[in-house]
Amino acid sequence: MTETVTKSPAEKLPEFIERFKDDVVAIADYRGDLCIDVRKDRLPEMIRFLKETLQFNMLMDLFGMDYAKYGNGLSGVAVIYNLYSMPTRRRVRLRVFLGEERPEIRSICDLFAAANWFEREAFDLFGVTFTSHPNLTRILCHHDFEGHALLKEYPADHYQRLKSAIPSTEI
Amino acid sequence: MMPEVEINNQLMRLNLGPSHPATHGTLRIFVKLDGEFVEEMKLEIGYLHRCFEKMSETHTWTQVIPFTDRLNYCSALMNNVGYVMAVEKLLGVTITKRCERIRVLLCELSRIVDHLVCIGTNAVDVGALSCFWYFFRERENIYDLFEAACGARLTTSYTRIGGLMSDLPDGWIDWCKKIVKQLPRTLDDVDGLLTHNRIWIERTKGVVKISKERAIDYGFTGPCLRACGVDYDIRKVHPYYDYDKFDFKVPIESEGDTYARYLVRMAEMRESLKIIDQALEDIPDGEVNISDWSIVLPPKEAVYNSIEGLMAHFKLIMQGIKTPVGEVYSYTEAANGELGFFVSSNGEGRPYRVRVRPPCFAIYQAFPEMCHRQTVSDVVAGLGSLNIVAGELDR
Repeated sequence: MTETVTKSPAEKLPEFIERFKDDVVAIADYRGDLCIDVRKDRLPEMIRFLKETLQFNMLMDLFGMDYAKYGNGLSGVAVIYNLYSMPTRRRVRLRVFLGEERPEIRSICDLFAAANWFEREAFDLFGVTFTSHPNLTRILCHHDFEGHALLKEYPADHYQRLKSAIPSTEI
Repeated sequence: MMPEVEINNQLMRLNLGPSHPATHGTLRIFVKLDGEFVEEMKLEIGYLHRCFEKMSETHTWTQVIPFTDRLNYCSALMNNVGYVMAVEKLLGVTITKRCERIRVLLCELSRIVDHLVCIGTNAVDVGALSCFWYFFRERENIYDLFEAACGARLTTSYTRIGGLMSDLPDGWIDWCKKIVKQLPRTLDDVDGLLTHNRIWIERTKGVVKISKERAIDYGFTGPCLRACGVDYDIRKVHPYYDYDKFDFKVPIESEGDTYARYLVRMAEMRESLKIIDQALEDIPDGEVNISDWSIVLPPKEAVYNSIEGLMAHFKLIMQGIKTPVGEVYSYTEAANGELGFFVSSNGEGRPYRVRVRPPCFAIYQAFPEMCHRQTVSDVVAGLGSLNIVAGELDR
């Protein structure tokens, strides 16, 4: 690993923090994982900066998270971006809270090919709308499924009857 | 090209799966063909979606372990290890050296099993049945070892948070040494049958290719990425469980095609054997579990004979392990690539969220691009080499 544990969280990615200081809400370094909470408006720009300037060339993971019952001062749906830099071997996690009402954020499909399915999954399971996504449809659940299964308000023991068993011919 | 296609100027639509013998699981592939060549491909996944992440939220941390078996069921032990490692990171506990070594040993055996299955079935898909039998004989032998250690062959659930279900049984090490000794011969046999086989080469070389840049953009990891010439193996770049103390190489190929992925997997099995040989040489003595009774179950003698033991046992079963508030992402080099677990806790005895990053989700996404202007038979050959495991893909 290129970084040392003695550094404070803000020192780990100084270029990023400096450039986006107005949009960085919090920086956490928990058990060696750097996690930065950011506002959603400039997110594509941040990801582009991380990718093109700081060499974070891999989108390892992108997923939704519902903080509705989390407590500890957090609430609402968030999207978490897990980036990895092959050349510098660094990792960073960006967390974006999308507010209480309709969760919506701009897609990053134009920056990472990997984002396509990951964003579809977050849409399917959390109802996050990724604007300008080329094909924002359900991916894991059936296309007739109602609601979003991983939201805390969706009961874990709730079953839905399939309206038709006919699969879609065009997928 | 078929005459009708030319006359109507239409592409032929073909549906593969979801229960097609060549998909090895429930994957649906929908292709538009120009003659025999794939013009367009769409994928439908989710047939094996079992709400792993949702179910985890209603169980205790320990109860999630059996679910992880059902992710990549070809190498269940690696999922067990990946998951408990994430929870241990969240708890901030360090496991014992003996436990680490046993986990390494079983992970490498699992990696070999996974690659045996992948190459074996890939060869069957293109018509080479004998390699499959050679490989599956060894796979059964390794499964015997797993069975002796934990009672199950496929769904192992062997790890526990802070340790293992139990220590290895007596005589296991010698038995393991014996089985591992036979493996190089099998690898040589299949090497002899496939590596310079004209038919195998024609069927796999240049088939379902991806470039290094595209692979990184799609988030490829594991053997599929290394077959494109990228030197990335978590065991080397972010070592865990003392992987940096073992002497092994990371096999790299540059072509990024089906043949390159085959070569990488074959070489990786030999490297895993090296690790196993070194790991078997000196397994540290001592306990396999840590001694904190708020994380691991107390020994049975303590439960039956002391009130402290009984209470610790009861609380752990009824309330689960109490984890601190926080979120961590932990990653291991599984047989298919980076297997990541993101676990989040709000301080209660249950996971608030368990997110798994399955390596083949990222890989499978690139499949339509990789198959462009390839024949249908190439699609089948390529699919096998990517080792898409529906259990892990759909969760």
